[in-house]
Amino acid sequence: MYVKQISVFIENQPGKLAAFAELLAREGIDLVALSIADTTNFGILRCIVCDYERAAKVMGDAGYTARLTDVLAISVPDRPGGMAGAIHALTAAGISIEYLYSFVRSAGHNALLIFRVENLEKAAKVLADAGVALISQEEVRTL
Amino acid sequence: MTKQTRHAIWDKTVECMPRDQLRDLQNRRLRALIKRVYANVPFYRDKMHATGVTPGDVKSVEDLPKLPFTDKTDLRDNYPFGLFAVPQSQIVRIHASSGTTGKPTVVGYTANDIDMWSELMARSMSAAGVTNQSIVQVAYGYGLFTGGLGAHYGAERIGASVIPMSGGNTQRQVMLMQDFGTTTIACTPSYAMVLGEAIRDMGIPLSNLKLQSGVFGAEPWTEGTRKRLETLLGISAQDIYGLSEIMGPGVSMECPWQAGMHIWEDHFVPEVLDPDTGKPLPFGQQGELVFTTLTKEGLPLLRYRTHDLTVLDPMPCGCGRTHVRMRKLVGRTDDMLIIRGVNVFPSQVEGVLGSLPGVSPHFLMVVNTKNNMDTLEIRVELTREMMSDTVREIEDLQKRISGSVSSVLGLHAEIRLSPPGSLPRSEGKAKRVLDERKRE
Repeated sequence: MYVKQISVFIENQPGKLAAFAELLAREGIDLVALSIADTTNFGILRCIVCDYERAAKVMGDAGYTARLTDVLAISVPDRPGGMAGAIHALTAAGISIEYLYSFVRSAGHNALLIFRVENLEKAAKVLADAGVALISQEEVRTL
Repeated sequence: MTKQTRHAIWDKTVECMPRDQLRDLQNRRLRALIKRVYANVPFYRDKMHATGVTPGDVKSVEDLPKLPFTDKTDLRDNYPFGLFAVPQSQIVRIHASSGTTGKPTVVGYTANDIDMWSELMARSMSAAGVTNQSIVQVAYGYGLFTGGLGAHYGAERIGASVIPMSGGNTQRQVMLMQDFGTTTIACTPSYAMVLGEAIRDMGIPLSNLKLQSGVFGAEPWTEGTRKRLETLLGISAQDIYGLSEIMGPGVSMECPWQAGMHIWEDHFVPEVLDPDTGKPLPFGQQGELVFTTLTKEGLPLLRYRTHDLTVLDPMPCGCGRTHVRMRKLVGRTDDMLIIRGVNVFPSQVEGVLGSLPGVSPHFLMVVNTKNNMDTLEIRVELTREMMSDTVREIEDLQKRISGSVSSVLGLHAEIRLSPPGSLPRSEGKAKRVLDERKRE
């Protein structure tokens, strides 16, 4: 039901992100989705990858502080209003979203939305009840 | 040596006493001191027993090397009042400064001690030209720190009008300086720089002010800073030295000749030692400054190691004072930092970080200056336990660490998280301080 997200601490300095990107390229790690939350001094890079166990190990071995978190991934139609239905369902159920990012794998089809909420189980149920398609970790591998 | 103005000497009899008479006075007071601490301070009695020294063995200042040293760690080991030589009922004041760990270094004063301190601060501030006509703005912090109250009591003893401003609130300081006609400002040299630049930036001509002198201490400063302050504020800037363990500010003070700080030797006997061997060095050689307090009642200290490096000069001074002069401090024998006048030890930071679960013990203290004020940033390596997927949680953690560290140091510290393994390590021992302050 849930998807594993990897969060990585990256210093907000020139070259730091480039070095991380090079690591992923060298190790052949394919990003399904990615976002960066930034502050003056550091950023938290969050990503969804196909093989998170290997990716987390690679990052850890390279000296990065990485952490795995369960998040919700949903697939919504890639058109205006596509996101609104899902957000509405969560809001109506009183579930607040800590953060969210999205990714479109191929134009014109579905968009992938990644959510972090306090109560995963409840949010998953609310979304399922609203007819929103939840994506599992296994499905991520096939995206 | 710009303005060799001859200010009145507060206590000419003592301050200009011939050195042989001064030595006799010291010897008399030393003998009485040793009897007192032997009788009243078990710590010293035990130390003297251990080396087989009796009070009768100490007849003069030349016998000081027979006596044990005292270090900051001894004050910590006897925290808070263990080295006091009088019952608590006779202690009228308690001050504290940074310890090397989470606990502060505590000092206690009897009524006579406060009187002696006021007297020595009156001497010191008189040397900076303060008289009963002066208006003295005390912008040292008031509180456990000795700066504020020390300068306050000294200026009052002289009969000056004292403005007890304490530190900070720069705009208000400048306003009152103009409105009240402040003649002397007492604060840290870095804060004096802040005040001077504020006056300049506010477009206030020096002719609107009545400033004549500054009594600047609690942190080391250079001749370059003196020139800048004297120009910026239109004053004569005098260096004052002290440490709470020995008394507070006013252990020594510059005269208008600005050629070293006169140590008030009728109350404190200075020695300069080779910091490695502990062997006394002759006058003129650089070493660690050590004090024995001759007259203090609350917390008399034998051969207290200041860890400050200096040179002593006993040659007669142009001002007429005979008391030995210590050169402006050239450094420390330990890793103590002075940041905005606050003494800071890396071991304090280590202690706090170690007490926070999940927080890495690897850190680097980066000291810098911003708008003439010292800043302290502590870089802490991020562990997996500290990592979160949300910025909010990481920032909360930074705030928590900053709050804990700042409260122990008595000084605001910014926390900056760094990736694991990113902080320098040398010879297996971490390099814990990066001091990037510019010293002129």
